[in-house]
Amino acid sequence: MNALAAAAVKSGVLLFLLLTACAYMTLLERRLLAKFQIRYGPNRVGPFGLLQPLADGIKLIFKEDFAPARVDLVVYWLAPAISMVTALFVYAVIPFGPQLYLANVDVGILIVLAASSVGVYGVILGGWSSNNKYSLLGSLRSSAQLISYELALSFAVISVVLTAGSLSLVEIVNAQARVWFVVLQPVAFVSFLIAAVAETNRAPFDLPEAEQELIAGYQTEYGGFKFAMFYIGEYVAIVTMSALVTTLFWGGWHGPFLPGVVWFALKMFAFIFFFVWIRATLPRVRHDQLMAFGWKVLVPLGLLNVVITAIIVVLLQ
Amino acid sequence: MSELTRETLVLNMGPQHPATHGVLRLLLELEGEVILGTEPVIGYLHTGFEKEMETRTYHQNIVFPPRIEYLATFIEEQAYVLAVEKLLGIRAPKRAETIRLILAELSRIASHLVWLGTSAIDLNVSSVFMYCFRDREQILDMFEMVSGQRMMHGYFRIGGLQWDLPAGFTDHVRTFLDGFPASIDEFETLLTDNLIWRQRTEGVGVLTAEDALRYGCTGPVLRGSGVDYDVRKAFPYGGYEEYAFDVPLGEHGDSFDRYKIRLEEMRQSRRIILQALERLADGPIAVDDRKISLPPRPELVRSMEAVIHQFKLVSEGINPPVGEVYAAVESPRGEKGYYIVSDGSNRPTRVRVRAPSFSNLQALPVMVYRRTIADVVVVIASIDIVLGDVDR
Repeated sequence: MNALAAAAVKSGVLLFLLLTACAYMTLLERRLLAKFQIRYGPNRVGPFGLLQPLADGIKLIFKEDFAPARVDLVVYWLAPAISMVTALFVYAVIPFGPQLYLANVDVGILIVLAASSVGVYGVILGGWSSNNKYSLLGSLRSSAQLISYELALSFAVISVVLTAGSLSLVEIVNAQARVWFVVLQPVAFVSFLIAAVAETNRAPFDLPEAEQELIAGYQTEYGGFKFAMFYIGEYVAIVTMSALVTTLFWGGWHGPFLPGVVWFALKMFAFIFFFVWIRATLPRVRHDQLMAFGWKVLVPLGLLNVVITAIIVVLLQ
Repeated sequence: MSELTRETLVLNMGPQHPATHGVLRLLLELEGEVILGTEPVIGYLHTGFEKEMETRTYHQNIVFPPRIEYLATFIEEQAYVLAVEKLLGIRAPKRAETIRLILAELSRIASHLVWLGTSAIDLNVSSVFMYCFRDREQILDMFEMVSGQRMMHGYFRIGGLQWDLPAGFTDHVRTFLDGFPASIDEFETLLTDNLIWRQRTEGVGVLTAEDALRYGCTGPVLRGSGVDYDVRKAFPYGGYEEYAFDVPLGEHGDSFDRYKIRLEEMRQSRRIILQALERLADGPIAVDDRKISLPPRPELVRSMEAVIHQFKLVSEGINPPVGEVYAAVESPRGEKGYYIVSDGSNRPTRVRVRAPSFSNLQALPVMVYRRTIADVVVVIASIDIVLGDVDR
């Protein structure tokens, strides 16, 4: 009973922290983008605009709950919920520090990949149920994109798993006590990073919601809190991917002098910054180019990397 | 594929759509994301300016051209006043012509900056969009300095200018031009050197030279296909014959060529302005004809005749001889021409605007045939339409 209560409290605190972090990530992104673009960004609500996410949240919650005509209501409601829940679910297994994790599951990394795969349903169902051509095109694009880049992502992860010799994220971090895997697995790192950007639907791979072509893609007909749920899902996914890159390749909580959590947060922040940075700089790729790159470059490269890693691991034993 | 399984989707893109640069509406026939048919539906920004111009005097009409095409405002004014001047058989004094030329080339840069910014944001490069508007802002400031207005100037007059340049204007222009090459280089670094940008534009929206000529395309769209036609070179007007500048040409007729051409045109415009600043000598800024331009203020207190001229010009305006003229200029979009029919009264009988955006837009269905929706956005941006110009 005690263990259950402790887990509940832990989850509650984590959920609160995550949602706050995600809200402030929107602010951070807007301020950073503004800096890149010689603007000020939101700086009116509270000091340095610090209350802006709160204002945005309140606005979204109190908005009229609107559904367009002839939508499939159940699916229409379910889609954003799937998006958000699966994105949050991942955090059950991500270790923030040596003892800071909800669950040390033996197959942690599999849970992460599985949850992000289920997240695709949110996008597909959202686009399908909206009864809108732009939404449909957007969700078709994204299902193709997410499924193909998931492969590349998995190959990169498998290489890491082979190197660490464990599927548990805690063990993977422990295996990096001396050398970070970014040194041992540079190819996997790069392909993971690219696939992570594609997985989170972020620029330059933000085709599912390409506003210049498809208005807002699968989100076109969503407003109010349902829209916010999609958004939370997206931003949590960015945080997740940053956390994963840190865990898998940048030694997790390892680092000199500072406590583990601080190192983890710093590394994560660096990757979040990277996400914003490329959004400010790069043009969007075209859908067929994206698919060609995924299937013809990333997947073969990932496969090759897995094979080479496996051979080396066997030889070293 | 048999007829039974073949199903196409008709997608209505616009008139409210973030990437149609105004209120263009496209009916796209799609097979998956591949376009089989495109039908531009225009008229959402129809203003009736051509008709409106028949009801006003020649001088009052000067306010309309910059509203027809609101990005290269001074070039529009220049086109209209040149047409009326041709009708009258006069030519503005040297200084007025040079000032017009400087402002027109600044307008060209400003217009190309808007084009670059919007086509960048169509490919989601929002930073370049902001950088372009930063530079354009400086040009608009200079315009405001000259005419008091950022966009709808009404500064050119038939036979000259409203007033002379304000003090310090040339220094402003020079300061801007000194910093401008660095800006273009920055754009080149961010876009030309970017692999994704090149993949998105190279080979996209190819227009052959024959097609370009067939559809009556002009400007960068025509030159992108390798046809050497620039009104400034082919039929020089307003003193362009005296300036040295190059007309960049493309080879493949794709979006990337049109992009490169416009970047180079900005550099060439800078070159022209620098030459013009050198040659800017003191002199009158309006023709010395009391039937055409207003008498100078001091004259009004001394001469009764001047007062009568002032009154006649303001109340009745100019009465050009009976005739028809067509005068064309090279606008950032292509050949912009004004065709004016005069019956000898103080109002034109008919004004017809030859709009480059209209002709260039016709080539869109050819350029996007069998390509994807994503390419439509790139191609529309590379044609650089102004909907006010298309619909008039």
